[in-house]
Amino acid sequence: MSIETTHSHDESHDDHHDHAPSGFLDRWLFTTNHKDIGTLYLVFSLLMFFIGGSMAMIIRAELFMPGLQLVEPDFFNQMTTMHALIMVFGAVMPAWVGFANWMIPMMIGAPDMALPRMNNWSFWILPFAFTMLLSTLFMDSGGPAAGWTLYPPLSLQGGQSFAFVVFAVHMMGISSIMGSINVIATILNMRAPGMTLLKMPLFVWTWLITAFLLIAVMPVLAGAVTMLLTDHFFGTSFFNAAGGGDPVMFQHIFWFFGHPEVYIMILPAFGVVSEIIPTFARKPLFGYTAMVYATASIAFLSFIVWAHHMFTVGMPLTGELFFMYATMLIAVPTGVKVFNWVSTMWRGSMTFETPMLFAIGFVVLFTIGGLSGLMLAIAAVDLQYHDTYFVVAHFHYVLVPGAVFALMAGTYYWLPKWTGHMYSEKWGKIHFWVSTISVNILFFPQHYLGLAGMPRRIPDYSTQFADFNMISSIGGFIFGASQLIFVGVIVHCVYKSRKAATAQVWEGARGLEWTLSSPPPYHSFNTPPPINASTVAHADEAH
Amino acid sequence: MKKQNTFIVATAVTAAVIAAFWLLLAAPGYTGNEINMTRGVTAQSMISYKLHMIILWICVVIGVIVFSAMFYSIVAHRKSKGYEASQFTHSTKAEIVWTIIPVLILIVMAVPATTALVHMEVAPETEMTVKITGFQWRWKYQYMEDEISFISSLHLDSNAARRLASGTNPESVENYLLEVDNPLVLPANTKIKFLITADDVIHSWWVPALGWKRDAVPGFINEAWTEILEPGVFRGQCAELCGKDHGFMPIVLNVLPKDEYQAWAEQQRERMAHQDEETRRLWTRDELMATGENVYAAQCATCHQADGQGLAPAFPALAGSAVTQGPVEDHIQVVLNGREGTAMQAWGNMLSDSDIAAALTYTRNAFGNETGDVVQPQTITRIKNG
Repeated sequence: MSIETTHSHDESHDDHHDHAPSGFLDRWLFTTNHKDIGTLYLVFSLLMFFIGGSMAMIIRAELFMPGLQLVEPDFFNQMTTMHALIMVFGAVMPAWVGFANWMIPMMIGAPDMALPRMNNWSFWILPFAFTMLLSTLFMDSGGPAAGWTLYPPLSLQGGQSFAFVVFAVHMMGISSIMGSINVIATILNMRAPGMTLLKMPLFVWTWLITAFLLIAVMPVLAGAVTMLLTDHFFGTSFFNAAGGGDPVMFQHIFWFFGHPEVYIMILPAFGVVSEIIPTFARKPLFGYTAMVYATASIAFLSFIVWAHHMFTVGMPLTGELFFMYATMLIAVPTGVKVFNWVSTMWRGSMTFETPMLFAIGFVVLFTIGGLSGLMLAIAAVDLQYHDTYFVVAHFHYVLVPGAVFALMAGTYYWLPKWTGHMYSEKWGKIHFWVSTISVNILFFPQHYLGLAGMPRRIPDYSTQFADFNMISSIGGFIFGASQLIFVGVIVHCVYKSRKAATAQVWEGARGLEWTLSSPPPYHSFNTPPPINASTVAHADEAH
Repeated sequence: MKKQNTFIVATAVTAAVIAAFWLLLAAPGYTGNEINMTRGVTAQSMISYKLHMIILWICVVIGVIVFSAMFYSIVAHRKSKGYEASQFTHSTKAEIVWTIIPVLILIVMAVPATTALVHMEVAPETEMTVKITGFQWRWKYQYMEDEISFISSLHLDSNAARRLASGTNPESVENYLLEVDNPLVLPANTKIKFLITADDVIHSWWVPALGWKRDAVPGFINEAWTEILEPGVFRGQCAELCGKDHGFMPIVLNVLPKDEYQAWAEQQRERMAHQDEETRRLWTRDELMATGENVYAAQCATCHQADGQGLAPAFPALAGSAVTQGPVEDHIQVVLNGREGTAMQAWGNMLSDSDIAAALTYTRNAFGNETGDVVQPQTITRIKNG
């Protein structure tokens, strides 16, 4: 990394580092460039999104009507398990790391990530981890079928292929931890002079907090699955009551990882939405400082609420009360965020390009998921909701029109910056409307199914659940198909679009990334950019 | 102007279609699917329902207020209308207000939520105790005071119809997947304690009408209680993923008035006594084969399949297998104690000795296995007692 302060600040004058290597392997396999690695992460996660999505299509097809028509129950369980593992670890998390790679250096005025070689390594672990995970589907004993939560003793009934699952999880964990170290090192050390912490864009803030969450909990998951491994293959009894162990202890360990994990998927989404709404409202983000503190509070609370996933395991009453109160408390900082987004829109001068549409869709539908989360927090009623389709509806609302919509919003928002071309606004809008309508047809009836008594993770159901399952499946098929539009828009934008993007791209866009050309030079900000009111994304004048 | 109109029309049409759709389904005339939580038949379930409705309405009101403000802003504060953006960045007053109000709502909510939980979890003095054990994939019920016990499995009609491409329309099966061979019979208006555990993996015992579910954890015993206020038949399912047939281990409660329950219990005590006699006498081969066929269909066919061909790779074939055709003592050991690390359970504590003997006799002489062996219930009793 060059710190050539004497050099002209105009990037295009920077010579020999300015162009990407010409060889395919040199460019993609050996790359240490944050933009290339970001692209790799994003392409990889899109691929995983479709693999995980096809599993969801199999699930919804089997649940289209009562009776088993397509797959055996054991394969169905492999699909629900793999769908979750792929979507969580293969689609959403790597996509956020992709955004972090592309955007964090450009948003804080750094030339690259702090640890570029480790950056390359942390990406290239992933294709191997997921090849290994997916290969279990083709092994004799089949893929993991005990749910992504891998609860023992059921998960220990899996065959030899279980070792591959555990090793794949270890590798994903290593990749995530390295990615997080890189994000933290970059943000804490490489900000351009003048870019103080409280001037950073909110996306950078949310990622900084997310990275700490990742470092805190991925080792916990690694420990949990390692204990499963030794219980399965080496005769230990961590989770085997007959040997003095406790199967419920696994659930405590898993959810100590698992609850922060769901915030790992949603905090960067909060960040992206907090970038997009001010841009299209042409108005500064409302309550920037409050947003930062709310994010930090949510992250803190995420460590002390894990057992709300376990209200039915037979905890002491005092334990249940503690976890209920702590969980309800999360509504406060989350509410602050939603109110701040609405206040940012309030008396703005709004336009509704595709990124804004997805951001608004996010605010509405994520809030619905948040409100059903508040319902689930009430332990006495959770004894009914728990492990039903109500829960399935809840977490899909926060993850699909939540995290995934934010990913799409971010993609549309920065795609012109990344590629230098405008995407098709018309097809972007079609993608938004079809996705938004179908995602509700897909997940809203699942609230009803759960309340009416349909357990989750079942391949077949009683005829009283037939109507809503059929509606949900139809929504699912439309939602699945509409994601092909997304790919179409991206491919068109990258290869075919002739409409050049300006550096600013969006009229209301503020922040360092928009001071760079579109596409930005291969190496940007080799000289730290000046930080002033016009280059800072969120100027909260009070601070 | 044109663009703005298209957007408003699109939003309005979408909202109207979705609203009409859900209202239609929620309309009282719609006789299809249930869309809300059951009120149930216990004090617990009614508390749960009430609490559910309170928090649901709180959420709806919050949602309506927040989304109204947002959509008003979306319609009014748009560039296409020439609206100039204000540049305010914060308002300490507003921020304090919308931090404190949610805290107050939560405190108000926490009060009934706490009392409800205390009521549900703290059991009063109970009058009878039922032990529930989850197995892959059936339930065992033991009436602790009466020494009555039996296994409850998915009803044979549902079990046949649910096979992949069975050709049976589930609509034609009464209570498809929610019917069992032996329902749990309980007296109404009686405080009952449940001791819930499992034998193999974690299950969860859930009848929505009772208002709670409780995990059945192997090696641990969970307690729960109920007092069912009215007689009737109530259905539920296992709620914790427990393997391939997780979706096929329903729970059926048959709640009887107290006197009818007493009569049923008397009958069951006689059945248990008769079962003891049955175990002691010598059976004919035909009796064993006939009983064995039924036991096999109800308990074994789920994994080993009706034709004894199994389901590779997890569930081995019995037809022509080394176990069913090998030494009979080894076969008995496998059935009584199960096989560690596989889905083969220890049946010794689940089925009666005569049922085990019959199933063994049947599997050693069916599917082309021709050992000619006859396994007597006495033999099983002897081996079990060492």
